[in-house]
Amino acid sequence: MSELNATLTIAYRDTLKFLRDRARLVSTFVFPFIFIGIVGGSLQANLGEGAGYNFLTFTFTGVLAMTLFQSSAMGIISLIEDRENDFSQEIFVSPISRYSIILGKILGESIVALAQGIGIVGFALIIGVSISATQIAVLVPVAIATCLVGGAFGIIVLSNLGSQRAAQQIFPFIMLPQYFLSGIFNPIQVLPFYMDVLSRVSPMRYAVDLTRDVFYAGQAEYSQVVLNGLPHNVAVMFAMFISFFVGGTFLFVRGERNR
Amino acid sequence: MPPVIEVDRLTKRYKRADSNAVDGVSFSVQAGEFFALLGPNGAGKTTTVSILTTTLSPTSGSARIAGYDIVKNAGAVRKRVSIIFQRPSLDLNLTAEENVRFHAILYGLYPFRPTFKSMPRAYQQEVQRLAELLGLERDVFRPVKTFSGGMQRKLEILRGLVHRPQVLFLDEPTAGLDAATRRSLWAYLKEVRAESGTTVFLTTHYLEEAEGADKICIIDHGRIVSLGTPDEVKAALIEEYLVIDAEDRATLFIELRRLGVPFTGGAEIRIGLNGRSVHQVLQSVTTPLSVVKIHSPTLEDAYLAILRDHE
Repeated sequence: MSELNATLTIAYRDTLKFLRDRARLVSTFVFPFIFIGIVGGSLQANLGEGAGYNFLTFTFTGVLAMTLFQSSAMGIISLIEDRENDFSQEIFVSPISRYSIILGKILGESIVALAQGIGIVGFALIIGVSISATQIAVLVPVAIATCLVGGAFGIIVLSNLGSQRAAQQIFPFIMLPQYFLSGIFNPIQVLPFYMDVLSRVSPMRYAVDLTRDVFYAGQAEYSQVVLNGLPHNVAVMFAMFISFFVGGTFLFVRGERNR
Repeated sequence: MPPVIEVDRLTKRYKRADSNAVDGVSFSVQAGEFFALLGPNGAGKTTTVSILTTTLSPTSGSARIAGYDIVKNAGAVRKRVSIIFQRPSLDLNLTAEENVRFHAILYGLYPFRPTFKSMPRAYQQEVQRLAELLGLERDVFRPVKTFSGGMQRKLEILRGLVHRPQVLFLDEPTAGLDAATRRSLWAYLKEVRAESGTTVFLTTHYLEEAEGADKICIIDHGRIVSLGTPDEVKAALIEEYLVIDAEDRATLFIELRRLGVPFTGGAEIRIGLNGRSVHQVLQSVTTPLSVVKIHSPTLEDAYLAILRDHE
């Protein structure tokens, strides 16, 4: 019971810290707007006619999943720097399981990422992406799942990198290729075999595809946009979450203690 | 009663390091004692504290806190200790009460509730008591960043005592504080100790902070240089000697040799006082003396000598 209380406390603390930090609050909304507004808008204006589906909508679904995934992952990456600062030092000497700590951290970063997700949906509505109430309702559980997998991805990456410096230098190289291999802006229905392999090992691909699974359900574009069925994506994401979370926490704790 | 902290040949070598950061250190601390680990920067103080508070694995050796092994029973140890870090461990954007609340919940004292009002009565009373102790009153509901540096440190110490730890570790707690704040922090810590009876384990590189301790352990290069009460450490580190001289040096030398008193000549004549009383020496010398001085360095001189060797 005290483990659950501790996990909730850690998640709650992350949320409060985010809400009280105005500069961070504003800056988190700027990046996705560039992607949807500028990239999505220009692709739709120039290529939309030939594609047979709306590029603005396509980019919106991709950026939504990408932002949730990446924001959670980056929040976890900051753990290394965090553990020498503020209250995080206290968390790591407290008598609770390291799994509860990491889980609390993933939940907290997920809540922060979801706040950004709300901003993205709002922005998409403003620039004319049509989203129904039903679509928003089905996106909620998918968004939560995307954040959790993103957070778990963060801890497995972190556990394999020695320092905050290494993490900050290497992280862009892990994320950037995934933008394109996951088909956030670019259709990846047809890929050369080597890129297809790389795409299938990109964790973000499954989050993006699951988002489109539920968003395009029952629509004419479904078969043009979606790669794998819903059960396939759910199964892969579930397996990734469990293995990344358990393996990542184990390696992270071992690495921290055996310096 | 067994000691509350028992350290046995504790050794830590960091990965890719070519020497031990902590090198076969052994000591024990009795319950209620004020123990000071003193040494220059890089002597291995923080490494020792990190191992004792279970965030770092030792390379070899062992340690027990309140009877629990720090490796095998890390969880039990964590429950019974508290640590005040070198760097502030408060969330500056959160209120003092929130910082205390999160600590209390992490130590399993209360269930999680999102607001102060929804917390149990016992907790609310505890916070009120802490606020009175600190003289904060309504300010406990203000962000910690509005507090002075000294007040933040005091709040951290009080927060650290909320779960009634058996040992309170303070890792260079006065770093970055001005002299007046340092003094008031020490007075405050004294009160806290008198009230709670908690064992205090302090690391510092300021000798004056260690002088009030029950036991001092001086370490350098990861090894213990001296260990004991401030008086014992002083006796072990400090060499007292008598300086004398005479118009007729030659006669004095002959006399000292005849008496069997070892001395060193030079610009001044030094006679070591290890176990020999000044009175005894002076009484036995008949050559008229022109100079008689007792050289008695302070603990600080001795500590500075260690620091010099370190450089």
